[in-house]
Amino acid sequence: MKYADEFRDKAVALGLARAIQSEADPQRCYRFMEFCGGHTHAISRYGLEDMLPKNVRMIHGPGCPVCVLPAGRIDMAIRLAERPEVILCVYGDLMRVPGSQGVSLLKAKARGADVRIVYSTADAIRIAEENPEHEAVFFAIGFETTTPPTAVMIRRAEKKQLDNFSVFCNHVLTPPAMQNILESPDIRSIGPVEIDGFVGPAHVSIIIGTEPYEVFAKEFGKSVVISGFEPLDMMQAILMLVRQVNEHRNDVENQYSRAVTRHGNRRAKEEVADIFELRDAFEWRGLGFVPHSGLKLKQTYARFDAEVCFAMSELRVTDNPACECGAILRGVMKPVDCKLFGTVCTPETPMGSCMVSSEGACAAHWTYGRFRDRQQRPS
Amino acid sequence: MCLAIPAEVTKLLADEMAVASIDGVSKEVSVALIEDLAVGDYVIIHVGYALTKIDPDEARRTLELMRELSTERQGALQ
Repeated sequence: MKYADEFRDKAVALGLARAIQSEADPQRCYRFMEFCGGHTHAISRYGLEDMLPKNVRMIHGPGCPVCVLPAGRIDMAIRLAERPEVILCVYGDLMRVPGSQGVSLLKAKARGADVRIVYSTADAIRIAEENPEHEAVFFAIGFETTTPPTAVMIRRAEKKQLDNFSVFCNHVLTPPAMQNILESPDIRSIGPVEIDGFVGPAHVSIIIGTEPYEVFAKEFGKSVVISGFEPLDMMQAILMLVRQVNEHRNDVENQYSRAVTRHGNRRAKEEVADIFELRDAFEWRGLGFVPHSGLKLKQTYARFDAEVCFAMSELRVTDNPACECGAILRGVMKPVDCKLFGTVCTPETPMGSCMVSSEGACAAHWTYGRFRDRQQRPS
Repeated sequence: MCLAIPAEVTKLLADEMAVASIDGVSKEVSVALIEDLAVGDYVIIHVGYALTKIDPDEARRTLELMRELSTERQGALQ
């Protein structure tokens, strides 16, 4: 595949690993957080951690929208799907996510709820048109990458004057969550967050550009390198971060320049701004309530807002108190430091956000990393 | 969740749609978010929507830089 295969070349990856090895100062430790779950997955899948020197540590951040969606929002969606008139349209990632008492949308579907997996928001519109006697509700989830397609669809539903279509909005924003990681009040209880820099998200940044990260360099003194999702992209980004630390620089640099610009996708940003507005706060699994981190439909589009149309009441579920996701997401603990990890908490029966989807820190470590732990243990 | 793949635009359709070829597999995608699109452009596709055009010159420059970075230390460690 053009623009993918050439960024997976093994010889170049090994060369970049050599460059990181020779430039990383053995006298110090480098701690970089990859915010995005896509990066977490790439690190695990391509074994990138094995290519880094021991003093360059990657901390897996909260950038997986499936993982950070609170179980209460899943319960709300299940309750909605159980209404006989509703067809709930969801991205496939959400089907297995457990709400309270381990009930997922997949189980709700098995019990008779009409839940349908869609590839694109356009499919949800089609389902609404084909089922005029039903209410089609799209379970919207995702970061800035996934929000513009939802916005385009709402505009289209308005144009088509669809009156049996609405959106259960759970879209969230990246920069407020990054800020929360650095300055959350929880820091008092879990200890200081020690991060030298961020590997910035690839596709989120296509939409929002590099500009929104400048505050992290200027005000928080953190280095940021926006990186593509291919293994060579990540190795180059890590090298760029090592250089910033060595040179005592805190800049926003753009490794993924073939797709990301400083100002992002103007048209996509306008679509989102037309239809959505900020919520005062939104709950993130593992982080708690984060101010101005979620979106809702504007009042003028209330007729497409499922929370309004169906008078949905907010449901809250408390996560297992022994779950250490909050500390793991901030890099203060590793997955194996949590006593639930691999005992009661596995990808089949996740207890906390980091185990929920393959992009979560604990799930990635369960799938790939635990074998590495076993090899390193002295026999 | 934010996974997206590069694809070549092979045909422009009405209603802000286009046909994109993903490694030889054709798929209709929305190009409502893209300005000034032409057949032959590469785009990044996410949940059925093209998010941006790929800049071929930047892609070439990045690859060149990666190769340079990966070889400049070769001698140093051996």
